[in-house]
Amino acid sequence: MSQTFRSDLPIYTQLIELWQRDIASGTLPPGARLPSVRDLAAELGVNPNTVQRALTELERAGLIYTQRTSGRFVTEDAAVIARCKEALGEGLIRDFLAAMKLLGYQKQDILSLLREEKEEES
Amino acid sequence: MSAILECRGLTKNFGRVCALDAVDLSIEPGRVVGLLGPNGSGKTTLIKLANGLLTPSAGELLIAGEKPGPASKAIISYLPDRNFLPDWMSARQMLDFFEDFYPDFRRDKATEMLGRLGIEETIRFGQMSKGTKEKAQLILVMSREAGLYLLDEPIGGVDPATRDFILDTIIRNYNPSASVVISTHLIADVENVLDEVIFINSGRIVVHSSVDEIREAQGKSVDAYFREVFKC
Repeated sequence: MSQTFRSDLPIYTQLIELWQRDIASGTLPPGARLPSVRDLAAELGVNPNTVQRALTELERAGLIYTQRTSGRFVTEDAAVIARCKEALGEGLIRDFLAAMKLLGYQKQDILSLLREEKEEES
Repeated sequence: MSAILECRGLTKNFGRVCALDAVDLSIEPGRVVGLLGPNGSGKTTLIKLANGLLTPSAGELLIAGEKPGPASKAIISYLPDRNFLPDWMSARQMLDFFEDFYPDFRRDKATEMLGRLGIEETIRFGQMSKGTKEKAQLILVMSREAGLYLLDEPIGGVDPATRDFILDTIIRNYNPSASVVISTHLIADVENVLDEVIFINSGRIVVHSSVDEIREAQGKSVDAYFREVFKC
């Protein structure tokens, strides 16, 4: 029961995000087998129906698939995983830009700040 | 799917005090339901009516379509809000007792869980700590393959580790076609394991909704919403 959840969003949407991140980053590698719904629920300290709901959504998005007898697996379709990663990245950038805008930054300032940051790194 | 528990105009008076006031309620199979309300709101009265320990003053309550009786007792696994085992009983005798009473009791499951907690079969109920007593009783109740689990304050007064064990036991052991009703006022502790919540106050149902709906519509936790609804 180590996972903590935000209290203002449904838990299933947080589970979807959590697993999207894990799949995109490779923490859950392509073809990895997922534990059973009940084990996942117990591990995360959430309701099994909530886990089921999140997995159903991920399955609809093509990120995981069910093999009738042997369980659920992460997709091996690299294009699907790449698309998921892209979407997550775009989301992060949108949030970042929105937050910067609130601070009063213009696009040009942001770009030069990013360039400076990149130079420091290299 | 037909309801596992249904109330129609359910009313219970104790003398001049009205504990439940014309409650209409339906609980479907396969749900984990939080029965939430302040002290004295009618939670235990509702659970006792479902168990046939009280009879309605008016209206009716049906378990899988039947009035409470031997048939409903066979499918309900009930955890009362107080200790229900005598002090002299050893853990082994508790297992014997449940095995005698309930054909759906899975002794192997209970034995395994007691073992995992290091509760030896020779220890007597009276020798157990408060937390261990609660855990032992919950293990017995959850080791039945029941259709409806009625848990009255299963996490009252236990430490956080014990609470996690209790919630984990509930998640791991109820069968997916069964329903679990958990009565409590410690909402934040149980919120993540619930499908739906029933807010009860002064004998009336004031909210009956899914947890996801509350979070989506209110943008806050059930706990925060409860504080808003029951603001003193």
